[in-house]
Amino acid sequence: MVHEILFIIFGLICVAGAVNLLVQRHPIHSALSLVLVMASLALIYLLLGAEFVAAIQVIVYAGAIMVLFVFVIMLLNAGAEEHSPGSKIALLMGVPGVIVFGCLVGWIMIHTSTQLGGVRINPSDFGDTHNIARLLFRDFLLPFEITSVLILIAIMGAVVLGRRQN
Amino acid sequence: MDIKIYLLVSVIKILLVIFILLTGVAYTTLLERKLVARIQNRWGPTRVGPFGLLQPLADGIKFILKEDMVPDNVHKVLYIMAPMLALAMSLISIAVIPFGPSITVAGHTTALQITGVAHPDGSLSDINIGLLIILGATSIGVYGVALAGWSSNSKYSLLGALRASAQMISYELALGLSLVGVLLLSSTLSLRGIVDAQAQPPWFGWLPHWYIFPQFFAFFVYLMAAYAETNRIPFDLPEAETELVAGYHTEYSAMKFAMFFMAEYMNMITVACLATLLFFGGWHGPVPQNAPAIVQSLLPVFWFAVKVFFFMFLYIWIRGTLPRFRYDQLMAFGWKFLLPLAIANIVITSLIVAWRA
Repeated sequence: MVHEILFIIFGLICVAGAVNLLVQRHPIHSALSLVLVMASLALIYLLLGAEFVAAIQVIVYAGAIMVLFVFVIMLLNAGAEEHSPGSKIALLMGVPGVIVFGCLVGWIMIHTSTQLGGVRINPSDFGDTHNIARLLFRDFLLPFEITSVLILIAIMGAVVLGRRQN
Repeated sequence: MDIKIYLLVSVIKILLVIFILLTGVAYTTLLERKLVARIQNRWGPTRVGPFGLLQPLADGIKFILKEDMVPDNVHKVLYIMAPMLALAMSLISIAVIPFGPSITVAGHTTALQITGVAHPDGSLSDINIGLLIILGATSIGVYGVALAGWSSNSKYSLLGALRASAQMISYELALGLSLVGVLLLSSTLSLRGIVDAQAQPPWFGWLPHWYIFPQFFAFFVYLMAAYAETNRIPFDLPEAETELVAGYHTEYSAMKFAMFFMAEYMNMITVACLATLLFFGGWHGPVPQNAPAIVQSLLPVFWFAVKVFFFMFLYIWIRGTLPRFRYDQLMAFGWKFLLPLAIANIVITSLIVAWRA
């Protein structure tokens, strides 16, 4: 019961932050809304019992990556942005499209909710740091290492691009 | 345990920790002024109370009574939010710090830690990602500094905030990596677990089983990175008076400035607590076995406080001794010296751990 209430609260905060991110005109406000989205996502992970992923979500996304975003916005001293006049096609096609899509998803959810079943989580070791480490470094070692090589290539690419400017 | 008693005990613990922490913050400022004064052959504050002992109280009253100014053209919401964020994040990190084993009052046993519980069978457990929560709170705390500088709409504040956030992001890496060696040895992220892993018989019969001895380089990196994270001398470039007036809090006055000040000193205490827990065996020290139960549960807290005091003293001692780094020296020291040293320490430690297993 408590879990459902907390999930609804943080889910609402998450969606509100995401909407605010799009509505705000100033880049810093948008970036801070994104921090809010990340933080409430971390709390939702925590509700699922994935404490390690929740902590990493805060440290890496809300902490490191978004701080860099804010840092760059501050460094460029970017001011409030002007909204371009919205295109007519988006208004004419988009709004009915969203309504139709929402109705469709809602209808499917309501009609198949009895067949979906729930996800069963073994609370004793799910999301445990040891368990995640075992999965990452034993069962999924190759994909994990390949991902790290991919990130390394991205870093080297950034360094090369940064140097060419000078 | 009954839910009402559990809530009552938790509230008491929270109030007690906040009270002791704030008093500690207040008297750390006095200790700093006194010690730096003695190092520079002065007296320091002597007028308020005996030996100037009531000086923090006078400072507090002054902060509360001063006019709370908000300059024109600041970004009001963020300007007010920034000091609150900084203070809140430093309070969150103290919540996971264990101060001792457990205490029994009126038949109820509880862990000496806000987020720790005592089970009916006498075993204690705490939140098992304690260390990560501290790292997360530190990385969110950067927003407090960054937003304060940006929202103040002043060049000194902005430059101070840019310096501070660049420095904190850079040294966060070295800080995080320096902890990995200890985690490899203790194989847990729970702070209580890390302290318990150091409660083993001494090495060679006389050297305490503290992680500072096998992890000396990690400790060095941790100490340097921690000084940089808390913006203290020799890494206090964000508030270098000669260049930036006061850095990111130039435009703040009265209680809002005091909140930054308190956050900085609280972070110093948290960092000192963490150094004690990870490298100096936490609350372990000589405790007589035949002493009364209350002494047995409070003496470890005393040893903990002594070790934390040592680190606070070191902070002030270094402040009175060393000059400030230049900005390029600061960045080079962090990225080209501390980071490789921390990585080398991880590689060597993990090789030894793997070889032993």
